[in-house]
Amino acid sequence: MVNLLMKSKLLWPIVVLVVILLINLIFDPSFFSIDYRNGKLVGSLVDILNRGAPLILISIGMTLVIATKGIDLSVGSVIAMAGAIGAITVTSIDGEGLGPLFIAVGLTLIVSIIVGGWNGILVSRIGVQPIVATLILMVAGRGIAQLITGGQITTVYYDPYQFLGGGYLFALPFSIFIVTFVLLLALFLTRRTSLGLFIEAVGSNPEASRLAGLNSKNIMMMVYMFSGFCAGVGGLILSSNVMSADGNNAGLWFELDAILAVVIGGTSLMGGRFNLMGTLIGALIIQSLTTTIYSIGVPAETNLVIKAVVVLIVCLLQSPEFRRKIFGTDKVNKNRVKKESEGVTLS
Amino acid sequence: MIQRLPLGYKQLPLVATVSIFILMYGFGSFRYTGFLSSQVFLNLLIDNSFLIVLAVGMTFVIISGGIDLSVGSVIALTSMVAASLTMNANLSPLIVVPICLLVGSIIGGVQGSLIHFFNLQPFIVTLAGMFLARGLSYVISVETIAIDHPFFDFMANTRIPILGDSFITISVLIALIIVIIAVFIGHSTKFGRNVYAIGGSEQSANLMGLPVGRTKILIYTFSGFCASVGGLIFTFYMRSGYGLHANGMELDTIAAVVIGGTLLTGGAGYVAGSLFGVLILGIIQTIIVYEGTLSSWWTKIAIGVLLLLFIVLQRIIVIRSEKKQNSS
Repeated sequence: MVNLLMKSKLLWPIVVLVVILLINLIFDPSFFSIDYRNGKLVGSLVDILNRGAPLILISIGMTLVIATKGIDLSVGSVIAMAGAIGAITVTSIDGEGLGPLFIAVGLTLIVSIIVGGWNGILVSRIGVQPIVATLILMVAGRGIAQLITGGQITTVYYDPYQFLGGGYLFALPFSIFIVTFVLLLALFLTRRTSLGLFIEAVGSNPEASRLAGLNSKNIMMMVYMFSGFCAGVGGLILSSNVMSADGNNAGLWFELDAILAVVIGGTSLMGGRFNLMGTLIGALIIQSLTTTIYSIGVPAETNLVIKAVVVLIVCLLQSPEFRRKIFGTDKVNKNRVKKESEGVTLS
Repeated sequence: MIQRLPLGYKQLPLVATVSIFILMYGFGSFRYTGFLSSQVFLNLLIDNSFLIVLAVGMTFVIISGGIDLSVGSVIALTSMVAASLTMNANLSPLIVVPICLLVGSIIGGVQGSLIHFFNLQPFIVTLAGMFLARGLSYVISVETIAIDHPFFDFMANTRIPILGDSFITISVLIALIIVIIAVFIGHSTKFGRNVYAIGGSEQSANLMGLPVGRTKILIYTFSGFCASVGGLIFTFYMRSGYGLHANGMELDTIAAVVIGGTLLTGGAGYVAGSLFGVLILGIIQTIIVYEGTLSSWWTKIAIGVLLLLFIVLQRIIVIRSEKKQNSS
């Protein structure tokens, strides 16, 4: 059992997450308490989930993209575009009730999926390297977002829009429900249907999977569209949180945080394998790190240094070379006799 | 160098880059009065000298099949180290400049070592380097540190006259010297050949007995060194140290290198191409300034469109050369 746990790729991410949360407990004994106030659950843990919602969403999309040996650098710009489209739509439609909200959400999601499809076409049909294909939209997307908002920060004065990011349902933030829905959808599609297997097959060898009868191109295309969709939903939540759209700064560096979350969660950038639950934990690590830094009173500016150190530690712990060099030597000394006898049977 | 005709497929992106630059410059001179002056051209070099230096280091990294996301942050860190050592510690530039160069090189060297020894992804390692360098510059100071020192004034204000009224700055001179050294390193040294070999196929390079590890570490050290030189030039330009300096500069650098015709898959590309890549980014901005009515975000969209053009062009070249290989 212990052996199984040690081998699990989730072990180190979970340990890191627990350590970060425990550090909080030292500084703030009431960190884990959750109160029920005015029909809402309030507490630091709920807060981490709520604020981490966009990151978790985008990381889920990113996981599937990375599983096909791709990468999606454009998610930050898609967030900005989605926020801009959502905010502009609700402000320009004069309507009562929920009508404008549904139109805005629908329009934003359609555009985000199309934008993801554009990345997908470049990668799957034209055969451009994913990192370059999505770099185009990463650069141009922010320009387009500013074009939509006219270079200004658009403020929304339409109350229902706030529900997406700041609303509550059954005492929990509504964004948590969105995340749970998307996560369950992704888990169902990849683990209960053969789609997950197809994605991993395409990631480990696109040519071989094509020869095996898989439509590699369409699977890649779909993965990028899903990533665009996730970024679109994340963009709506983020823009609804602040009730405005900022083409320049919305979703800045989200692509990097999302990739980090995926890598911390144990999905290899080499593709062919993915771990959605790991990604969830990775995203939670990043969010709780941010919350911790703010709550224990470390200057916010050192946030980046701590983030860099955590990233390196997690990556090193996952590197087989590092484990062999650091931990391996000890094991060899202790189990030398055992290993030598095993070596004969193995060879 | 005499170009053989017909051009090889590998030279085609470079030729395309130079032609697009000439076309854009021609378009600008045709449309706006005063565009076709030697000073407008030299200003391209003056305003982008730090980007040229960054692109030189990045070219080697990308030719080797890697990527370096830390360069923009290293600029911020260099500017911060230079500013705080000069203004707060009152050190002489003779000490400050070597320290700055050392900081960048060490960051690059450590990144290269992590990538080589622990077989980590360049993308993730340099991403961590990017966070670290920017974080460290905030640790030095959150506020802007303005630099008021005769040496920095001299470096910023000295104008080297060439061709009558027009002039260049010392920064341009530094950038051009680095370009010349890099062209020499890339084409006439063992190290340069090793870089191309690793980019072509790391496994083959290993099997050929080339020093893959040493070369890789040196590549990232060189990129870090270039980033700190770029950082110093940037500091001369801004005359201040600030943690937000050069935010997102790594993307401009990568874009310049790609537009310059270097394949992101590694193994092919030219330092000279990256120089023209930077000049193209510069000329887009100049045209938008001359146009007057266009907003700044059109720069981003224009760069995106150009990137798309070049990437599709590269793909066509790769597909055609593959077909050629198959048929022969």
